[in-house]
Amino acid sequence: MDTIERPNTLDTDAARERARRYRHRILEISQQVQALHIGSAFSCTEIVDVIFNGLIRTDRPKDARDRFVMSKGHGCMIQYVILEEMGVLTRKDLDLYCQAGGMLGCHPDYGTPGIEASTGSLGHGLSMALGMAYAGKVQGDGSLVYCVLSDGEVQEGSTWEATMMASSLGVSNLIAFIDNNDFQSLGRTSETHPSFYPVIGKFEAFGWEAVEVNGHDPRAIYEAVVTRKGDKPLLVNCRTTKGKGVSYMENVPIWHYRSPSPEEYAQALSEIEASA
Amino acid sequence: MRNTFSETLYECAKVDPSIYIVVADISPAGSMMNFREEYPDRFINVGVAEQVMIGMCAGLALKGCRPFAYTIATFTLYRPFEMVRDDLCYQNLPVTVVGMGSGIVYSTLGGTHHTMEDVAIASALPNMQVIAPCDPLEAVEATRYCATQDKGPVYLKLGKAGEPRITENAVDPFEIGKLRYLKKGSDVCILSYGPITNMGLEVADALEADGQSVSLISAHTIKPLDVEGVAKALRDHKRVIVIEENVPHGGLSSRVKEIALDTKASCDLKTFNLKDEFIHFYGSYDGLLDAHGLSVPKILDALR
Repeated sequence: MDTIERPNTLDTDAARERARRYRHRILEISQQVQALHIGSAFSCTEIVDVIFNGLIRTDRPKDARDRFVMSKGHGCMIQYVILEEMGVLTRKDLDLYCQAGGMLGCHPDYGTPGIEASTGSLGHGLSMALGMAYAGKVQGDGSLVYCVLSDGEVQEGSTWEATMMASSLGVSNLIAFIDNNDFQSLGRTSETHPSFYPVIGKFEAFGWEAVEVNGHDPRAIYEAVVTRKGDKPLLVNCRTTKGKGVSYMENVPIWHYRSPSPEEYAQALSEIEASA
Repeated sequence: MRNTFSETLYECAKVDPSIYIVVADISPAGSMMNFREEYPDRFINVGVAEQVMIGMCAGLALKGCRPFAYTIATFTLYRPFEMVRDDLCYQNLPVTVVGMGSGIVYSTLGGTHHTMEDVAIASALPNMQVIAPCDPLEAVEATRYCATQDKGPVYLKLGKAGEPRITENAVDPFEIGKLRYLKKGSDVCILSYGPITNMGLEVADALEADGQSVSLISAHTIKPLDVEGVAKALRDHKRVIVIEENVPHGGLSSRVKEIALDTKASCDLKTFNLKDEFIHFYGSYDGLLDAHGLSVPKILDALR
């Protein structure tokens, strides 16, 4: 079993406050553009926050840093606002989101500060994260690789190729989260793919450690990782709500993509602030 | 050629711990066995799972490694095509996609195991370099280049086994990005790449026996192509011939025709390619090439 250093700590109240702040900022940006995958970003807000602000260790050498791959690339707006708050991206970078002259598009690109891999086409991220994790294992650098997948992209065969391979290679420094909001473009995942459930048993069958948590509970997400056994790759199946935090967006597929009108924006902001 | 590739990669891996080889359930040829035994951590067999083969290579490269993805050409380039495009080319990572047994060399295995259009497909990808050595000696040089370069992804198009050495007395040295004259003449110029260059050599010998002065060029770097070199060859010869194991579109023939148009070349230009069709022929490699119209007698008939 590899030696896994314990990640940072997590202040749950601070995590909830950050989630509110991030949703607020994403709503602000939504008024600059026609579309920004807002529902997808709100769905994985707490997951990505816990990864960046609780799990990724910041005191490591650059080559041996912990890495994050947003396999569900369309959810990257949450990554952008976190990177903005960390000072990796600037306010101007985000002001130019999806605009001529800017560097941030609807999907994250390798080469952008803070982005470890280009994603957007589903089913690519887990294999790349596995390659990074395996190199870290061979190099003995103690690095951890975090990867967030959508439940829709788990339908990709390539995801299962990587799932099989990770445990076969004895990789234990790979930690994957499924943002399991039960929605994809054409409806509920549980209706199109009922055989997808139960999820964690399938990963366990492929040699992973797998747990299920409430994906909007920062403490639960964090504890799932830090209490893991550590001798296998870890899958955290996060039960989430698409569009979480704004009543009219929750579980309504149109909010996968579109931006709110000024009236809808005002309502959304008041709901997000009321949750503080 | 595949054994030469394996030997060379093994030699490179001995001195460079960043070299990894990721294979998809293919018997390790030649020195790849040594690689696997001596560096088991750097030899990864993903099994019959080509998408993760390419994705893992990208992840390894993102951690500073120099991975080679290795299996039969159709399974390194076609099956995981979107991973090649997005993970390797879009991110511009130094990963070598080795297309072993490319073209129609696996003649008896049928069309599912052929890559009649791999050069066209690989060349269409931004950032992708396409290199096709014509003999085992060039395979050594090409492999060494792939094992040390940082420019971006490479599609390394290889034959299988038994290719003769035809570059021992080449006029030019092997240099990536430059046409390589194996023979230099003034009447006719034959451009080719990959194992079928040997057919070009036989055509050259026959034309020389007819009293013509013939150049033979190994265009091993198909992308980025030596455009100036091609333009000069078009200027310097009365007749230019392209022989390639690729369908008529998207390969060297197409590029040479484009350059001829751009430079208003006045020479006679003839191209010999695989046909744009699937041919159900299950004999020898030479027999299948002949069914596609590629044989020394057929080319000479067309020229005379």
